[in-house]
Amino acid sequence: MKKQRRFLLCLPFALALTSARAQPATRATVLTIAAASDLRFALDELLQSFRAARPGVQVDVVYGSSGKLSTQVRNGAPFDIFFSADRAYAQELEAAGFTAGAPRLYAIGRLVAWSADATLGRLSLDELVRHPGVKRFAIANPEHAPYGQRAVEALRTRGLYEAVVSKLVLGDNINQAAQFVQTGAAQAGIVAYSLVLSKSLAGQGAWTLLPQAWHTPLEQAFVVTKRAAAMPLAADFVRHLDLPASQALLQRHGFGVAARP
Amino acid sequence: MTAGDLQALSVTLRLAAVTTALLLLLGTPLAWWLARTRSRAAAWVDSAVALPLVLPPTVLGFYLLVWLGPQGAVGAALAALGLPALVFSFWGLVLASVISSLPFMVQPLRDAFAAVAPRLTEAAATLRASPLDVFFSVAVPLARRGFLSAITLTFAHTVGEFGVVLMVGGNIPGTTRVLSIAIYDHAESFNHGAAHTLAGGLVLTSFAALLVLNLTQRRRAADSASSA
Repeated sequence: MKKQRRFLLCLPFALALTSARAQPATRATVLTIAAASDLRFALDELLQSFRAARPGVQVDVVYGSSGKLSTQVRNGAPFDIFFSADRAYAQELEAAGFTAGAPRLYAIGRLVAWSADATLGRLSLDELVRHPGVKRFAIANPEHAPYGQRAVEALRTRGLYEAVVSKLVLGDNINQAAQFVQTGAAQAGIVAYSLVLSKSLAGQGAWTLLPQAWHTPLEQAFVVTKRAAAMPLAADFVRHLDLPASQALLQRHGFGVAARP
Repeated sequence: MTAGDLQALSVTLRLAAVTTALLLLLGTPLAWWLARTRSRAAAWVDSAVALPLVLPPTVLGFYLLVWLGPQGAVGAALAALGLPALVFSFWGLVLASVISSLPFMVQPLRDAFAAVAPRLTEAAATLRASPLDVFFSVAVPLARRGFLSAITLTFAHTVGEFGVVLMVGGNIPGTTRVLSIAIYDHAESFNHGAAHTLAGGLVLTSFAALLVLNLTQRRRAADSASSA
């Protein structure tokens, strides 16, 4: 009995002492990227080619809504590059002195109205919102997700916001909104074009592209943060982004080409 | 399980182990005092200890973010001393876990210590045992069921933490991405298979831990009841 007790009491101490600290990869070989959720599939694919070209390099990505990630950068989060879905967040960071340079446009985002039910998904936005079968309509949280803000704009432009507001469910980011639609928890929603084109979601239900005229453009920009100002790996990745193959990859994922200044 | 998942498992186990060890050191004297004191402050301390049980994790997460962030009292002080920030760090999570799992360590221990008959400790004292000796030779062995309960519950509760970690952690792979966040991530990226694996694994191991705890408690209770 005593031996058992001693063993159990010692267990957490032993575990704590012997567990080595996380492998101390040097800063030069670890790149931490914060990216808007709509980039999940495009960026993962982009990083495959980047990692293949540079074995031994570790790239970690944290996905979330642009507003949240931008707040984390302000609070000292260890991100080297921040890919925002809205240029405004990146510009605010630059103005507040958290960046190593000006934001650079990398893509233009688009919205789609999507439903896991193909018949519903083929309706126009007006018909979809007013359809009796659509009890819950998912968008990303407009408080901190650019795709959610643009969704609200599009709904207001078409005079549909009042009709739909009682049915709205808000995803923490655009990915969560898409999850609501994919599982059917929300019968329809407005999500990112890049998500419905991805391998995970392609072919499920039906979607219609929303005209850009219905909302302010989704100019997506990235910034290198101040802590990575002199980081060669960050500069490497930015160069990788400029490659024609990378641009083609972004287009394949539904992103419009950003006009080069 | 992918390498990323194994990394999340490793971070989770490390966090739970360090938190449990720290709470054993901090919680045991506190529980002993609470069990034996007649001070009126005890009710206040008891309430403070129980607070993390009733508050939503986001409340703790919010206050920690405010205090530990670069504009907060603690965060600014750390920065002024040239020390690394606690937000978005493993040790920041340890601090958050120690606070939120405090009742899981202190309450079972306090109850176990309270069940130690005072005449036993008094008898030991009359036999010239120092207070420390009384504690280790008499109280601790009699409270072993409480220790087992406290350690298991604290460990399991820390493994299951989500709300506070989400707010203060930043989901950094290898540092603050724990199992519960990894499951959330998988669900968000439509990797339902991976989410099932991790979630199912957690259910099984948590249940197994609780089952072992309950089986041993019942057996010991039966033993001591029959031998009393």
